[in-house]
Amino acid sequence: MSATRMDLRKLELIGIAIIAVLILVVLPLALDAFRLNLVGKYLTLAFVAVGLVLCWGHTGILSLGQGVFFGLGGYCMAAFLKLEASSPANTKIQSTPGIPDFMDWNQITEIPWFWVPFKSLPATLILVLLVPAALAFILSAPMFKRRVGGVYFAIITQAMAAVMTILIVGRQGYTGGINGITDLRTLLGWDIRPDFSKYVLYFVCCFLLIGCIFLARYVVGSKLGRILVAVRDKEDRVRFSGYDVSSFKVFVFCLAASISAIGGAMFTLQVGFMSPSFVGIVPSIEMVIFAAVGGRHSLVGAVAGTLLVMWGKTLFSESFPELWLFAMGGLFIAVVLLFPRGLAGLFTDQLLPRLFNMRFFGRSGERVSPAPAE
Amino acid sequence: MFGYTFGELGSILAMQTFAGLILFSIFLLMALGLAIIFGQMGVINMAHGEFMILGAYMTYLTSHVFQNYAPGLFGGYFFVAMAVAFVVSGALGLLVEWALIRHLYARPLDTLLATWGLSLILQQAYRSIFGPREVGVTLPDWMMGSLPVTETIEVQINGLFVMGLTLIITGIVALLLFKSKWGLQVRAVTANRTMSGAVGIDTRRVDRLTFGLGCGIAGIAGSAFTMIGSTGPTAGQLYIVDTFLVVVFGGAQSLLGTIFSALTISQSQSTLEFFLTGSMAKVITLLIVIGLLMLRPQGLFVLKVRK
Repeated sequence: MSATRMDLRKLELIGIAIIAVLILVVLPLALDAFRLNLVGKYLTLAFVAVGLVLCWGHTGILSLGQGVFFGLGGYCMAAFLKLEASSPANTKIQSTPGIPDFMDWNQITEIPWFWVPFKSLPATLILVLLVPAALAFILSAPMFKRRVGGVYFAIITQAMAAVMTILIVGRQGYTGGINGITDLRTLLGWDIRPDFSKYVLYFVCCFLLIGCIFLARYVVGSKLGRILVAVRDKEDRVRFSGYDVSSFKVFVFCLAASISAIGGAMFTLQVGFMSPSFVGIVPSIEMVIFAAVGGRHSLVGAVAGTLLVMWGKTLFSESFPELWLFAMGGLFIAVVLLFPRGLAGLFTDQLLPRLFNMRFFGRSGERVSPAPAE
Repeated sequence: MFGYTFGELGSILAMQTFAGLILFSIFLLMALGLAIIFGQMGVINMAHGEFMILGAYMTYLTSHVFQNYAPGLFGGYFFVAMAVAFVVSGALGLLVEWALIRHLYARPLDTLLATWGLSLILQQAYRSIFGPREVGVTLPDWMMGSLPVTETIEVQINGLFVMGLTLIITGIVALLLFKSKWGLQVRAVTANRTMSGAVGIDTRRVDRLTFGLGCGIAGIAGSAFTMIGSTGPTAGQLYIVDTFLVVVFGGAQSLLGTIFSALTISQSQSTLEFFLTGSMAKVITLLIVIGLLMLRPQGLFVLKVRK
């Protein structure tokens, strides 16, 4: 077992290298600026999938509200960019110059207190990581302390996603409502809209993603990672061994939230807006499917799954819009019924053994079952 | 107070309570089917809303059949429509259990993903068959209008009808669960699946019937909806969070809990709506439910089950 474990870790390194070459070299050379920007958008969602591999695949915490964390990261970044774009010089036609346009339309004359910290970039960057982690902590700490898990946790995170969407849409004066925060222009005076800036942001996004994968890989490979897997498989036994299970779960949930938020912030920078359509229930469940398609235990798989599903979505909805939902629905069912370990599982269980006569898991191997029964 | 006289305030309160009661009936109808499936079987059926929409579309079709072929009997089409909705949704439920759910009993979180996929497929199917726009049904004459109670208070007849319907269906479900042999078997399987199998209960069959019945009730709920609002392909998704919260808040395995939590949630929402905007009332209600669930994770009414 320990030998195959080492082999799998090595294999994962090769996988990360392949993904890195693909997104850093192959795609930028093969695609035009518009398509590359699209891939950059997909990659920001891959951050969420990486977070889900940590908290769902490795710890057994299924969250149906990861879109909330993605959105919070995105909104923090958007708030900074919006304040910069609403300088008194840019907004002198408004009745109150110097505040974002949607606030002006909603008869707000002063920047609300929770917008004030976003005037500074360092504060914004810290808040991008802290705000989602704080919400994740508030949500998860009382629940895991009381040993609420599995299905119940999933439903409550889903309700959280619903609350967040209703709040953002309902409080138009503070959040931009259903349109979101749009018309973002510059980052510290650097115009983010031309093609060249998009290229730069794409590479920043790639490096951050690879960094997050290595961070997650470090967590998974450390002693902490072993405990997390043990919690997933037999939570009670870990508790009886004297570990404070809830703290581990809270930590990994907050970490996943912060990683998702980095994706959200990069999304805002690359796409130039943030809206509630990435926060709610539907996008949150789609994010879970990215991780499921790629393989819920595999960090590389999560990125591959995100790229494949999003690419399929773009392709299908361009040419056969009515087929897209059928294909997506079929994908959900197929992943669950036919290959619960996702693409990464197909690769290590089917393809490699046939090619190289290697076997990583026993025929009745203990890790073949995808998720423990609650 | 708020610029109203006491008489007006009383009427507003009465009307608001009535609106809350209609909301309660809807919540309860939606949650009943889910409570059976989730509470008794532990399966998370994210396609529950789509089963309701199926019932609504069946009602729409039935009303058209009656309009075109038997206009004289139009006043009674609704009862036929409910039966059709129950049978079609229930049959689809049985099929889905056979094709999908029975493979996933050991993995409750995966039923969530699979049934979400199912809900996407059903939504697109409705869009392809019935078109993307919302459809409404024509109500028979006797269901339109309202009954005056006092000079300032009046109640809608269709609202009263939905309430009566909810009462009857809840009664039938309670009878089925607590007085029939099947109900005894369901409760036995819930309490201890292995032991029930050992004493000769066909747990597979019980599961299939339970799932079918839950989906059938969803169909009736959808049928009742058409009296109050219109139906579109994606309408089911709007209700799914509310419905799950009602079930979880009440305590998943308790019928009484489901009834009580539907009442609490609907009344607090309709009362808050009077003071705040609709969306803020919804947010506060959801936050209260989330907060209470954090304090009391098993829900309001806990059924003692040996695991």
